[in-house]
Amino acid sequence: MKPYGYVRATSVEEATAAHAARPGARYLAGGTNLVDLMKHGVEEPGTLVDVSRLPLDTVEELPDGGLRVGATVRNSDLAAHPLVRERYPVLSQALLAGASGQLRNIATTGGNLLQRTRCPYFQDTAMPCNKREPGTGCGALEGVHRDHAVLGHSPHCVATHPSDMAVALAALDATVHLHGPDGERTVPVTGFHRSPGDHPERDTVIRPGELITSVVLPAATAGLPSAYRKARDRASYAFALASVAAVLDLADDGTVRGVGLAFGGLAHRPWRARLAETALLGATPTDRAIAHAVEAELGLAQPLRDNAFKVPLAHNLACRVLSELAADRP
Amino acid sequence: MSAAHPPRDPAATDGAAGRSHDPAATGGDATRPHDPAAADRDDTRSRVTLQVNGAPRDLTVDHRATLLDVLREDLGLTGAKKGCDHGQCGACTVLVDGRRANSCLLLAVAQDGAEVITVEGLAAGGELHPVQQAFLDRDAFQCGYCTPGQLCSAVGVFAEAAAGHPSHVTDPARPAGRGPVELTREEIRERLSGNLCRCGAYPNIVAAVEDVTR
Repeated sequence: MKPYGYVRATSVEEATAAHAARPGARYLAGGTNLVDLMKHGVEEPGTLVDVSRLPLDTVEELPDGGLRVGATVRNSDLAAHPLVRERYPVLSQALLAGASGQLRNIATTGGNLLQRTRCPYFQDTAMPCNKREPGTGCGALEGVHRDHAVLGHSPHCVATHPSDMAVALAALDATVHLHGPDGERTVPVTGFHRSPGDHPERDTVIRPGELITSVVLPAATAGLPSAYRKARDRASYAFALASVAAVLDLADDGTVRGVGLAFGGLAHRPWRARLAETALLGATPTDRAIAHAVEAELGLAQPLRDNAFKVPLAHNLACRVLSELAADRP
Repeated sequence: MSAAHPPRDPAATDGAAGRSHDPAATGGDATRPHDPAAADRDDTRSRVTLQVNGAPRDLTVDHRATLLDVLREDLGLTGAKKGCDHGQCGACTVLVDGRRANSCLLLAVAQDGAEVITVEGLAAGGELHPVQQAFLDRDAFQCGYCTPGQLCSAVGVFAEAAAGHPSHVTDPARPAGRGPVELTREEIRERLSGNLCRCGAYPNIVAAVEDVTR
């Protein structure tokens, strides 16, 4: 590992200024992914700008009933926050389905969104990878890709986004708040991560030097029935083969008034299932209606040689979660 | 900005003398004009103070050094183990400000001021921590390499459960933070899933942790 500088920022403005002033600067929060990638030689920062002690470590109730989650709130604290547990159960469940107790104690909200794929070709600098080194090719396309994407991939990259948290945030219509050299802006979580297309080196729409300051959970999805379910190779402490986050709002007559459905483990981004949602809106959520809606979405799937199993797996997860939410209505 | 306190390290500037004929690069004299090369080298280390097992330790750390490296190589505390060095096995688990963490992924420089408890600091007044005693009573190990991490992780789990923090297997309907979570075997297995044991001593590890909760 090459030597590098280190500065600890005490304000958001200091952090972005320090980042702009130093070539090769990277923000360091929990570091659970960044430090790992530095050990792999995938990341070679010139300077680490430590943002872990910025005053962004609180969960704040907003006047409209939403919640503002500071970017440095730890994954474990967010999962255990009484208001998150009560109003946004899908988020607490998704966080607790990810990583280990030790990692959740370190990892932050902002860092979780910005974590990189765990594709083995990306993490091994001896391998071709268009995401790590554009133009070198995709080793996974014809290689080991059982864990890779079935939706929205391109010939240049078939990696998946590894976050559980982001899948719940996508289903909840959360927004990401950014501070950068050009000021502040807000991006919906569903538009924050990118599909790989011709530029798999860009995971998200974040601009150079921008820093995530908070994530806002909207009042509109607060208190709605929601749940997260994840399938993995072992019972705990593994990335998703497929996962589902669902938020279901039923009208008094039992029809679907609103629905947020997102898949994890299937794509380069949390995959918001808009086709399935459209099919369900206004319908009575019978098992058949749910199955048809989920099929409409997963009809888009283009599995690779060794991961076609993910399509029925995701289908069954989504049907199960949605029908349980529909049955639980008071 | 409380940037890194740059350490004064004559060795860092001595090295430059052998590689450069530029008199300004020989460094070592604070009154000399600014020497970017030497400054760059100084920019790669910082002074930190860590409270380790109750005692303050002042250290100059390379920015690349992890907390695990510093504990083992600089402070001689070899209880925390370097297993995978990528946050996947849990053998390096220590308590940082009372919370369990993978010390292999924490940069030491970023922990300035933190209180660190390692397995060497779990026993108090000559008495083993109850979970240490339980591991002995239950024979909760084979080779022992993962044990320091298992012990520190278990101590962290006790605090998390006492604070009402839910886990993946806790009833989703249970509110967070209202009274302690009961550590059933299922809860213990889930909460300790970040600590691998390649010998497969899990049944006795779970039993030992369960003993402490009774």
